Amino acid sequence: MTAVTGLLGRASGVSDIAGKVDRGERITCEDALRLLECPDLGELSRMADQVRRRLHPEPVVTYVVGRNINYTNVCWVRCKFCAFYRPPGDPEGYVLPDEEIFRKIREMVDAGGIEILLQGGLNSTLKLDYFERLFREIKRRFPGTHLHALSPAEILYLAKMSRLSVRDTLVRLREAGMDTLPGAGGEILVDDVRRKIAFRKDTADEWLGVMRDAHSIGMRTSATMMYGSVETLEDRVEHLRRIRDLQDETGGFTAFIAWNFQPGGTELARDLPVRKTGAADYLRTIATARIFLDNIPNIQASWVTQGPKIGQISLSYGVNDFGSTMLEENVVSAAGTTYRMTIQEIERLIRDAGYEPRRRDTLYRPV
Amino acid sequence: MHPDRRRFAEAGLADIYDRVIAGERLSEEDGIRLFETPCLGLVGRLANHVREARHGNAAYYIRNQHINYTNICSKRCRFCSFYAKKGGPEPYTLSPGDVRRKLESYRHVPITEVHIVGGVNPRLPFSYYEELLSVVRQVRPEATIKAFTMIELEAIAEAGGLPLEDAIRRLMDCGLGMVPGGGVEVLSDRLHEELFGRKLDGESWLRVARTAHALGLKSNATLLYGHLETNEERVRHFVRLRELQDETGGFLAFIPLAFHSERTELEGLPQTTGMLDLRMIAVARLMLDNFPHIKSFWVMVGPQVAQTALWYGADDIDGTILEYEITREEIHATRQELTCEELLGMIREAGREPVERDSFYRPVSRLAEALA
Repeated sequence: MTAVTGLLGRASGVSDIAGKVDRGERITCEDALRLLECPDLGELSRMADQVRRRLHPEPVVTYVVGRNINYTNVCWVRCKFCAFYRPPGDPEGYVLPDEEIFRKIREMVDAGGIEILLQGGLNSTLKLDYFERLFREIKRRFPGTHLHALSPAEILYLAKMSRLSVRDTLVRLREAGMDTLPGAGGEILVDDVRRKIAFRKDTADEWLGVMRDAHSIGMRTSATMMYGSVETLEDRVEHLRRIRDLQDETGGFTAFIAWNFQPGGTELARDLPVRKTGAADYLRTIATARIFLDNIPNIQASWVTQGPKIGQISLSYGVNDFGSTMLEENVVSAAGTTYRMTIQEIERLIRDAGYEPRRRDTLYRPV
Repeated sequence: MHPDRRRFAEAGLADIYDRVIAGERLSEEDGIRLFETPCLGLVGRLANHVREARHGNAAYYIRNQHINYTNICSKRCRFCSFYAKKGGPEPYTLSPGDVRRKLESYRHVPITEVHIVGGVNPRLPFSYYEELLSVVRQVRPEATIKAFTMIELEAIAEAGGLPLEDAIRRLMDCGLGMVPGGGVEVLSDRLHEELFGRKLDGESWLRVARTAHALGLKSNATLLYGHLETNEERVRHFVRLRELQDETGGFLAFIPLAFHSERTELEGLPQTTGMLDLRMIAVARLMLDNFPHIKSFWVMVGPQVAQTALWYGADDIDGTILEYEITREEIHATRQELTCEELLGMIREAGREPVERDSFYRPVSRLAEALA
């Protein structure tokens, strides 16, 4: 194999993949695995940036002004990697009063925000009618906002409690005002891994099934990956493959977001000596995702887990979106990671990286 | 055209690429272009080429202990939050006995270097510094004592009423083995006047360094960046260091220091960005062609950026630290020490080969205790 990039850095051994990227060809799962194993960050950055520029020729990085609202922390699924949930009956469990939710949205709207990321847990006291009523009221009071709400696990549970199909559940929620479905809870879409870290949670097929149903009714969703727990690099590739395959079928994913397992305060960290993965692994993973997921338009930075410095650096590893301003974040911070950024700081970092910041909505349209 | 060269040509950097590949020295103007180009990736790859030509896949680290013997300082630099002042940190000075206790509390850790710096405290007599070094040598005879910036050396000589050379010789007799790189800030008269006017100016810092090198002491050099300095001043700084290094060969490592404005007179200036941190490393590697090592100091930029910098020109990420006072207040979110295992994990995750070094970059071989 001739090293196309041999002059700079060690021959990174991925020149055949670089050739595919040059020609705009799709890479295989085997290629993706080799990229995840490739130590040469500079070469990964170069290839991922090439794909990013092809998809986003303008020197622009987008972000959305929004807020995370966690309507409840009560959840019976008890994922071992989660430090946010409280089991049913726990004195620290809560359900936010409606007025509190409206107050938070009002704050967001006053700060120029449009995206409400509304997520919680699997709480048996909150049925479909709770969400239908809540969503209608949110849309009545705040008509310009975008409701990016729930997750496949919550949808599956609501469908089951309501004895409705997933599709009908989604249709009802959409009629009540839900706009898009976040890709949360994807974790790693390999059942062996899911059994180890969240054995009560939905299977990979179920998660993908909810996404397929959402896309089939025209509801766009994002896709996520939580890596760095017990999975292998092969599992990460399998995760990416399943997302790429579904995207070929439906075209419904707007964006992909990856972050590493945050061990602080979790059951998983107590069970297993898991080292928190670092920046090099993040940059490698996000660059590989950009190159492999050639059919997903946007890759979002996870500065809330990686911090503003690596968040900014990820812009040269295939990332074209800085995510939400997240006026509030409760899940990652429950595991001890507490990064916060103002709109000005986000814009400063984007400009410093050589891009023009541009506000977007949840469907990645400029606002 | 080679595809690599084509990419540099597209960014208008083909001539710099050619010079680096040919091993030729870059000019001041080249340095400024490396700061100004939006293509950080290309700058990083070129720096990585130089780094790998020198050090292959090795990433150096050291097991060390830091001692900051006093925070009383007459220099009152505007970018500093460490020195004692009203409404700020309480003044302290460690007695030689205090230093002994600090060293003994980590006696079980196999360190190879004790790093000692402090404020310029005019009340301390010359004998204090001799005692300090003697205590360290007694407790840690196996470790190199890397102590006193050029600023302190000048002030210590003054405290003893001694010519600089004699003062340094006497400190060497007590165990001084190397000089750290701090205190130079930016070699710029404009910034000297603006930010650290009571301290030695650039010319004098270089003079002290020249003297120390002539006496056989190795030292490091730093650059405090991310405050008011311009690209021109950064590059001029590199060129002046490079000139002295041509003359003496006494510098081992260059360490860019990211400025933290919290609780300084420049409070409100934003934190350096991750991309600037990487670019400083990369441009330093390319400009300082006669410096053996470029260190990414994780305490200042965070372990994550330090790890990434191993692909942007850095070959060293400093060490396990053990008690670092200078920025403790400022970087409240950052832990002040890393275990050896964490450090090794970071380097390996970056795809580099960890090499434990001593102060002079000689590999330290440890067997059973390698993962202690």
